[in-house]
Amino acid sequence: MNYHWNWWIFFEPSLDGTNTYLTTLFWGLGWTAATAVVGFTIALVLGSVVGVARTAPIGWVQTSGMVFVEVFRNIPLLVQMFLWYFVLPEVLPRDAGMWLKQFPNAQFYTAAVCLGFYHAARMAEVVRAGLLSLSRGQKMAGQALGLTLPQTYRYVLLPVAYRIVVPAITSEFLSCTKNTSVGIAIGLVELTGTARAMQENTFQVFEAFAAATVLYLALNMVIVFAMRSVEKAAVIPGLGNRIAGRGR
Amino acid sequence: MLSGFDFQTIVHALPYLFLTGMSFTLTLTLCATIGGMIFGTLLAVMRLSDNRILSVIAGGYVNLLRSLPLVLVIFWFYFLVPFLAQWLTGSSSPVRIDPFWSSVITFTLFEACYFCEIVRSGIQSLPRGQTLAASALGMTDRQALFYVILPQALRNMLPLILTQTIILFQDTSLVYVLSITDFLGAAAKIAQRDGRLLEMYVFAAVVYFIISLIASQAVRRLQKRVAIIR
Amino acid sequence: MSMITLRDISKTYGDFQVLSHCSTWVSKGEVVVVCGPSGSGKSTLIKTINGLEPIDSGDIIVDGTTVSAPTTNLPLLRSRVGMVFQHFELFPHLNIRENLALAQVKVLKRSKDAAMEKGMALLDRVGLAAHAEKFPGQLSGGQQQRVAIARALAMDPIAMLFDEPTSALDPEMINEVLDVMVELARDGMTMMVVTHEMGFARKVANRVIFMDRGEIVEDADKDDFFGKPRSERAQQFLSKILVH
Repeated sequence: MNYHWNWWIFFEPSLDGTNTYLTTLFWGLGWTAATAVVGFTIALVLGSVVGVARTAPIGWVQTSGMVFVEVFRNIPLLVQMFLWYFVLPEVLPRDAGMWLKQFPNAQFYTAAVCLGFYHAARMAEVVRAGLLSLSRGQKMAGQALGLTLPQTYRYVLLPVAYRIVVPAITSEFLSCTKNTSVGIAIGLVELTGTARAMQENTFQVFEAFAAATVLYLALNMVIVFAMRSVEKAAVIPGLGNRIAGRGR
Repeated sequence: MLSGFDFQTIVHALPYLFLTGMSFTLTLTLCATIGGMIFGTLLAVMRLSDNRILSVIAGGYVNLLRSLPLVLVIFWFYFLVPFLAQWLTGSSSPVRIDPFWSSVITFTLFEACYFCEIVRSGIQSLPRGQTLAASALGMTDRQALFYVILPQALRNMLPLILTQTIILFQDTSLVYVLSITDFLGAAAKIAQRDGRLLEMYVFAAVVYFIISLIASQAVRRLQKRVAIIR
Repeated sequence: MSMITLRDISKTYGDFQVLSHCSTWVSKGEVVVVCGPSGSGKSTLIKTINGLEPIDSGDIIVDGTTVSAPTTNLPLLRSRVGMVFQHFELFPHLNIRENLALAQVKVLKRSKDAAMEKGMALLDRVGLAAHAEKFPGQLSGGQQQRVAIARALAMDPIAMLFDEPTSALDPEMINEVLDVMVELARDGMTMMVVTHEMGFARKVANRVIFMDRGEIVEDADKDDFFGKPRSERAQQFLSKILVH
């Protein structure tokens, strides 16, 4: 292979004149993490609402939950990104569209909201599966004590459902983190984007992507460790599979 | 807004969008599914083999690629494959690879990791008695794998494999980052040329949505049938 | 005076008639045992009383409130009628004290301290004060069911409904639960109990209802029921479960 390795490239100043390439990579990592955290927070909240809606005993609520899931699951993430970034300002009333276009850090907010909705559809399925794995008696027991339906979800069903699906939430969070890289298409300078810029400016292709790879692996590890402690904290003493999968 | 929605742009673009764009997307999806299944099954068998070295190599490869964003992997292979080809063919400089084949190689190598996990769990979910029964009939490990284990595992896993193929179909849109003219790439090119972002992106979304929705409903129906057969 | 009145209750699941023209009542302080073969609709019947199972026709009146009326505040009504389930249905993520406190705080708006105090007193009454900090999964089935009874009592109910409270229990645990129920009956609690425990029925029931295929076949005073059941189906049923 006639490729000229140059690992010192990381310490050379980047095109912006002040930061080294290494620093720009860390900035990229920061934007990746920020986009992932904001996006996944939206996904958790919105996905819970939609997931609950899909198990609600009201026809039109269930249907709208299903439509939400199908729409955001069956359009490629990149296309959704374009819709949020290019199309939404066009279909909004003129003033609102202008306001959106001039929003500072628009790429960041767009990517976070887009990822939020995309992963909300998938989180909704996770939350729904968790809720369906609980026995029907749990819901009845909550209601028999006089809790309203929303209270039953809030205090009885969701706390247990969330605990059951922690592993699925972890893998969804990891997937959301990886998907921040799709933001590159609307100009978000996240980790893959900074590595790509470094490659274009220096032609040190493999150093740039190797660095990005290492940083992604590190980020993955941080998330896995963090979620493992969440999982440990969420363990219910004495609970095996007893509540899951019981009939009526 | 909707009153200004120019259907004419879409109608004029249809031949380009489908004959050039969608045919690229579908061919890529098909090739990468076949390639990914073959390589993925190989990886799964390696991961489950008693040979420590094989299983560590396969496991490391799968875990590494599953930890990385597809966009980064696309960039990796786009630059790496010419060097690999140079090394394989003994040529004097990196070999220029057609963007289509570069994409096929990338998606095959990437999606194989996801197919691998599906096949692996399919094999592991089979009762251990199946392997024992095959051995008791005098089959070698390889015969047991090909005639007893894999046929059952693949049939059980068919809905998951097809679902992964739908994901792959959506994922192929990411070749956009290499400026390749797949379906989305074709739509984006016309969008920018004619200044018709609204029409082209909404149309692209609708087409992807319809295809994915129909395909996933079909998989769901198949899933019910497979469940009954079992 | 009648605390619970059921008038001509019917209910179908698709083509299947679960309840067919059921009428009965429970007076204040009375203990009524409901028995019958499985699938006879007795569990469904008892769940209609606090509106957990909707009905197709008929009227249910609990302490003057019509359950199926659209204006009825079901959560309020349910908070006044205690229910104990076959599978206990304690909340697995809350410890025993919190299980007893949750509805007191959220539904009755009691202070947390008052709810905890009340819960502890009731745990003491069912003999489980020492387990207050444990989680449901760490208790035996019999203990869990006693906690479930305490949880219902913590709401100061005007009546208690029991849906096969001992049928999910190992035999050696049945009596600890029945003892609590007997004591409750002797304290004058209005109770409706779906159960096969005929010993319990003999000891404390005022009336026994026998159900089969969604109908109330026999509704008689305890002594009449055990002495000379009128219907053939009830006689057969009794001979089957009393022999074993």
